[in-house]
Amino acid sequence: MPPRTAVLMRIGELRRIAIVPALNEEETVGRVIDEIHAFDPGFDIVVVDDGSTDRTAGIAADAGAHVLRLPFNLGIGGAVQTGYRFAFERGYDIAVQIDGDGQHDPVQLPLILEPVLSGEADLCVGSRFASGSGYQSSFTRRLGIRLFAWVVSAVVRQKVTDTTSGFRAVNRKGIALFAADYPHDYPEVEATIMCVKHKLRLREVPVEMRERAGGESSITALRSIYYMTKVLLAIFVGLFRRYAVPLEEEHRR
Amino acid sequence: MTPLPVSIAAAVASFLLLLVVFELIRSRRLRERYALLWLLTGVVLLGLSVWRDGLNTIASWFGVETYPPAILGAVGALFILAVLLHYSTVISRLSDQNTILAQRLALLEQQQREGDHDQGTVTTTGGLTT
Repeated sequence: MPPRTAVLMRIGELRRIAIVPALNEEETVGRVIDEIHAFDPGFDIVVVDDGSTDRTAGIAADAGAHVLRLPFNLGIGGAVQTGYRFAFERGYDIAVQIDGDGQHDPVQLPLILEPVLSGEADLCVGSRFASGSGYQSSFTRRLGIRLFAWVVSAVVRQKVTDTTSGFRAVNRKGIALFAADYPHDYPEVEATIMCVKHKLRLREVPVEMRERAGGESSITALRSIYYMTKVLLAIFVGLFRRYAVPLEEEHRR
Repeated sequence: MTPLPVSIAAAVASFLLLLVVFELIRSRRLRERYALLWLLTGVVLLGLSVWRDGLNTIASWFGVETYPPAILGAVGALFILAVLLHYSTVISRLSDQNTILAQRLALLEQQQREGDHDQGTVTTTGGLTT
């Protein structure tokens, strides 16, 4: 692992933000924010509260995060994009995405930040399968993730092992792209493909994830079949789609 | 037995449906989540038009001996009913959300007009504090 200090030195004066999507994560969101600040106090944090009915927003605000409260549940795609819009309009250089449920460990931020800081990648995704250690998710979900990994790898012609990971870092280019266009519902798979189609460089690095500490997964068994079909359809149709260029800076309001 | 021209016409029509839906998704005028039911409709109708023996068999289950293509019409109608019902739920959800948005906007405007004088405890960009 690149030492924390080395990454922190490199990150220097870059304006950086952590986007934390959260839906009813009152038990964990405060700790996630504290952990990010413990890693690097220079990180601004924006918690996107996707229509929580618990104290998520209040706790996040008390912990020192910017809080964007969506008036109703938009789903993870819409929520995350809200965060990227915020990052884009406020002129951030680097954004990391960390789930509010505590499954991503901010101590591992250097792993996903390094390739972006060194200019090797525009988007860096933390993969829990590349290393094979840490929490690996349940059997059925792993099966689905495998299938997507195979399909996505074929489409982007690059080995991708974890297409559902929401632990990622992007530079300004990536922020601009995601602010302009982000997939709905179950977005990580499509976002990965979108990036490559827009000629952004993708890197995947091994990370370890923790088992979610609180809340409940947004994906149930029956829904996952629907999502699989939907995402596979989206990938298939996407093959025939021409891609728009990312948002130009002058579109910034 | 199903007349061949009927099968051909039905197959062409359902194939066209699939093509149009595909193009709508590709050009981003239709979201995948609202296209799935249409695609299912197209695939089932296409299947029933091409698989002529199957259509006859299904027709005989329902005692339709004289004109099996009637089943095509019935299945098509059933699917259209399902799509319409699905859209009704979608519209209901949209109108609920629209109400919430309008209310939130009114609250924010009020806050902006009056909040200029006394900065309240508003830390979120959302409206109501819990």
